[in-house]
Amino acid sequence: MAESSALAVRLRPYRAVLVSRMRSQRSYRASFRIDVVGTMLVGVIELAEIWVLFHGAGQIGGVSFTQMLLVFGLAEFSFSIADLFFGHCDSLPTYLRAGTLDVFYLRPQPLLLQLVTSDISLRRLARATVGAVCLVAGLAANDVEWSVGAVVLVALAIVSGIVTFSALFVTAAGLQFFLIDGAELTNAFVYGGRYAATQPASVWPRGIVVLFGMAFPVAFTAYLPTVTLLGLPGSEWLPAWLGWCAPLAALWAVGVAGLAWRVGVRHYQGGGG
Amino acid sequence: MSSAIIECTSLTREFRVRDGLRRRRLVAVDDLTLTVEPGEAVGYIGANGAGKSTTIKMLTGILVPTTGTVRTCGLRPVPDRRRLARQVGVVFGQRSQLWWDLPVRESFRLLAAIHGLDAAAERARTDELNEQLELGEFLATPVRQLSLGQRMRAEVAAALLHSPRLVILDEPTIGLDVVSKQRLREFLIAERHAHGTTLLLTTHDMGDIERLCDRVVVVDHGSLVFDGTLPGLSRTVGAERVMVLDLAAPSADLLGIPGTRHLGSEAGGLRQRLGFDPDVTTAAQALAAVSTRAELLDLAIEEPDIEDVVRRVYAARR
Repeated sequence: MAESSALAVRLRPYRAVLVSRMRSQRSYRASFRIDVVGTMLVGVIELAEIWVLFHGAGQIGGVSFTQMLLVFGLAEFSFSIADLFFGHCDSLPTYLRAGTLDVFYLRPQPLLLQLVTSDISLRRLARATVGAVCLVAGLAANDVEWSVGAVVLVALAIVSGIVTFSALFVTAAGLQFFLIDGAELTNAFVYGGRYAATQPASVWPRGIVVLFGMAFPVAFTAYLPTVTLLGLPGSEWLPAWLGWCAPLAALWAVGVAGLAWRVGVRHYQGGGG
Repeated sequence: MSSAIIECTSLTREFRVRDGLRRRRLVAVDDLTLTVEPGEAVGYIGANGAGKSTTIKMLTGILVPTTGTVRTCGLRPVPDRRRLARQVGVVFGQRSQLWWDLPVRESFRLLAAIHGLDAAAERARTDELNEQLELGEFLATPVRQLSLGQRMRAEVAAALLHSPRLVILDEPTIGLDVVSKQRLREFLIAERHAHGTTLLLTTHDMGDIERLCDRVVVVDHGSLVFDGTLPGLSRTVGAERVMVLDLAAPSADLLGIPGTRHLGSEAGGLRQRLGFDPDVTTAAQALAAVSTRAELLDLAIEEPDIEDVVRRVYAARR
């Protein structure tokens, strides 16, 4: 009891800001609704794009559209949840330019936590809904051999995916300290990573495999777990059993993110380097 | 363990800046040694780019010193930043810590949560600040709709909400009208009186220094060039003030008024300017002497320009 109230005290600053942000978003109802519908449409269009692609080709990289639905659902859902909580790392360049990051330094909370909780875009839940629907449809439409192992694999994939994408946001933020005007570059990295995650990694050129399969392992968020779950053959560079390694990939991504953020903050403060 | 609230020893900060293709080093703060005791009110002045903001950033843990040490409230600003944040309040004249789309009251509520004030402390402090800074009329207004004077008062209240021991104000009165300036100064005097708060302020306004500070520190190119009282600074550089006199009839130049210097006449002597040193004579004495010679219609006293004082300090060194 004492512990939970101590936690409540520690979480109070973040909760106060987030509740306030959510309330202010909902107070503009019409614009909020349009935002939600628009965001959902973007998700649906991306799915349609994949459908068109597969409708023409039948199979790409040994993956059919039904299987792709699962890949897309996993990636989209995990990314949207990560985006909901960590997407505000995107505002760092604005804060840096306006000098408002200095204001965070004057508050008794960790910088990264303040940045992440400085705002929340509820419309991102619309995207998560698209992802969740595709995920459920994908799990139902494919011939999944349900077992305890399969359930664990799906759960691991979702949790690891959220962690991996969150880490991707933090890594991009860390890089921002060096690239004051580099929002486009890091956006390419973040959204490119998401886009790559919704594609079968078996058709990636080797450079992309190195970047998004190893250095920043988004292949582990959706494609590889799907390959493992459905018992697909996998590819030369990314064998099927790798799907089980999603948590390891997530840990690695968190390590990279922690390093990027720390180095970035040190650069900003001008200590060493 | 020292009790000083600010303690800098040989504080130096360099930046590497790109100068065309080459990189060169720029020394923003150069071997600065400075101690501020609790309860002091220090004016920290210098030309633009003299290193004032860099010093403030090192005091608050935003920047790491290149060499030298700094202690603020007895803490190391960078590693102890979060503990320090509870004891320091900073007002940046140019950057806001309020939420621009929220009412002022809501911003205060969030800041109270951020600083972990309990409900009773929050109410007591908010009431105190509302009353003294007269925020009541715009508490429910979103920050983006406030006038500059209102916003600045709200910013000051926001920075002081958690009752910090040390308040750092970076150009707090810039752009404010006379009434707003006066109100802000009175508030800071009262706050200091009531809570023993230490003040460190940078300003371009001599009035701020005169009314608020009992100590002045002047920096030039990052080095400390003067540290003492305002009268002491005036003695060093001669802080002459100027009175502008509008007379009833064109008069001869008002030469030889004790303690003053005739600076010029306009409109055939209808308007005359006299310089005087407040240490030598008072405005009242000078006026009494003037009134024996001419009939006075109106009078204005020009504040000495801080840039001017700083320039003279700089000139005296070279």
